[in-house]
Amino acid sequence: MKMKHLVLTLWAFVVTTPLLWAFMSSFKTDSEIFDSPWALPSAVRVENWGRAWEQASMGKYLLNTVIIVGGALVLTMLLGALVAYCLARYTFPGNRAIYYTLVAGMLFPVFLALVPLFFVVNQLGMLGTYHGLILVYAAYALPFTVFFLHGFFRSLPSAVAEAAFIDGASHTGVFFRVMLPMARPGMVSVAIFNFVGLWNQYLLPLVLNPDPDGYVLTQGLAALAISQGYKSDWSGLFAGLSIAILPVLVAYLLFQRQIRAGLTAGAVK
Amino acid sequence: MRHGKYRFLAGAMALPLLLYGVFVLWPYVQAFYLAFTDWNGLSSGAKFTGTENFTKLFSDPLFLAALRHNGLMLVAVPLGTIAIALFLSAATQRTKVYRVVYFFPQLLSVAIIAVLWQFIYTPNSGLLNGLLRGIGLGSWAKSWLAEPNFALIAVMVVMVWSAVGFYVVLFTAAMESIPGDIMEAALIDGASPARIFWRITVPLIWDSVQVAFVYLGIAALDGFALVQIMTVGPGGPDGSTEVMGLGLWRNAFTYGKFGYACAMGVTIFFLTLSIAALFLKATKRDQVELA
Repeated sequence: MKMKHLVLTLWAFVVTTPLLWAFMSSFKTDSEIFDSPWALPSAVRVENWGRAWEQASMGKYLLNTVIIVGGALVLTMLLGALVAYCLARYTFPGNRAIYYTLVAGMLFPVFLALVPLFFVVNQLGMLGTYHGLILVYAAYALPFTVFFLHGFFRSLPSAVAEAAFIDGASHTGVFFRVMLPMARPGMVSVAIFNFVGLWNQYLLPLVLNPDPDGYVLTQGLAALAISQGYKSDWSGLFAGLSIAILPVLVAYLLFQRQIRAGLTAGAVK
Repeated sequence: MRHGKYRFLAGAMALPLLLYGVFVLWPYVQAFYLAFTDWNGLSSGAKFTGTENFTKLFSDPLFLAALRHNGLMLVAVPLGTIAIALFLSAATQRTKVYRVVYFFPQLLSVAIIAVLWQFIYTPNSGLLNGLLRGIGLGSWAKSWLAEPNFALIAVMVVMVWSAVGFYVVLFTAAMESIPGDIMEAALIDGASPARIFWRITVPLIWDSVQVAFVYLGIAALDGFALVQIMTVGPGGPDGSTEVMGLGLWRNAFTYGKFGYACAMGVTIFFLTLSIAALFLKATKRDQVELA
């Protein structure tokens, strides 16, 4: 029994220590970081955070990320729900073919598409633009969204929709006023899944978002860390890292049950 | 059904299908074609070169190294992650707080995890060497990411670290659905905890373990972000952490060898499919039915 708790605590320690250490180091001076990695800061240097936010542009990167991920999430949920609903609740020629073509997108590694995708986005003049990234993010989030919501819309009872049709509601009206509200639990799960996935995207922006002013958080932080070898501001970098982790931590503490359920939903399916 | 059905369907599906077609489907189709050309991105166009890219690929020492490294990750990362996750899941049982803590790394971007661990492995001011020195093992301290023998292991440790929590949540959820009377019966029959774990718990949650193997196997064919951010080069000392995705990225966006990069993409695609199929087949067991 004792042994069990020892192991459990040990892994909790392994998970939390690096994060706490990064947070603590963000308040130290560079020389303190170099002299003794485990020691507490002699004074809490909040200015490191200010430097990371302003000079290292973490504030700007955060704003870019919020705009791109927010836009992509709204677009993905709206379009994904529409397609999933049409495929799940209507019979028409080509229904199956469209469904399988969409869902097949989950099988392909993004690496395969990377080169042609770069040129498609380039030809459309969308490299390094908000709308370009929003559209690409949404397109790559569609397959899972449709797959998940398709199953969800199928499981909903049809009596309510039929009643609405008899009362003279249009197809659009039935979707937005009847079916979409009924699908809320499914929508929340996929939205969480998509949000985490899109927020953490690294490969797509690395290739499609070359302008440093437009960097998203992950990209900006990585670029900062890679260039760090040349002009070292370690404390600022630790502060930048903490700025990137903190919003995720706060969101997790607020919604931890829903987030765990949303992320594992994909694996259980 | 009612009139206007097709108008509604067309209106609802046109935009998402267009988006999917332009940004997902079309690039995938093109990749299969470009893999057989010498395209370098210039307007002069692509010349069809047959399977030349693929023959070159399999005599390219860096790509062969990448294949080896991804292969090593394919064996070590799923086994390591699943072993730790199974053990922790069996130990946590009804204590929820551990799950909450363990899961958190799953929410962080690989880019953030890579930067964090780069600091941990830093030779002089890093957390790991600081710890080793603190407990009197200073002679073990080394610059983890700069030594060819350790760099890849260091990267795999990070992969396991960040994945374990997700599978603890997955496995504990599966374990909770095992009926309590089965466990009671085994305990009454005097089965040891280890025996219960291997003979009852693991077989009854095997579906989840299988899912874990497939997911982790696919993830082990990637590793791009970790290697690109953490290791020098990128690709490590003497290419010791080279992975397939990195080769693709470098050939395309540094050297402009887009046809060659697409051939790598096609190879990664077929490997991913084969690994998923292979792992599903290899981990297949007779279904345990609960009456």
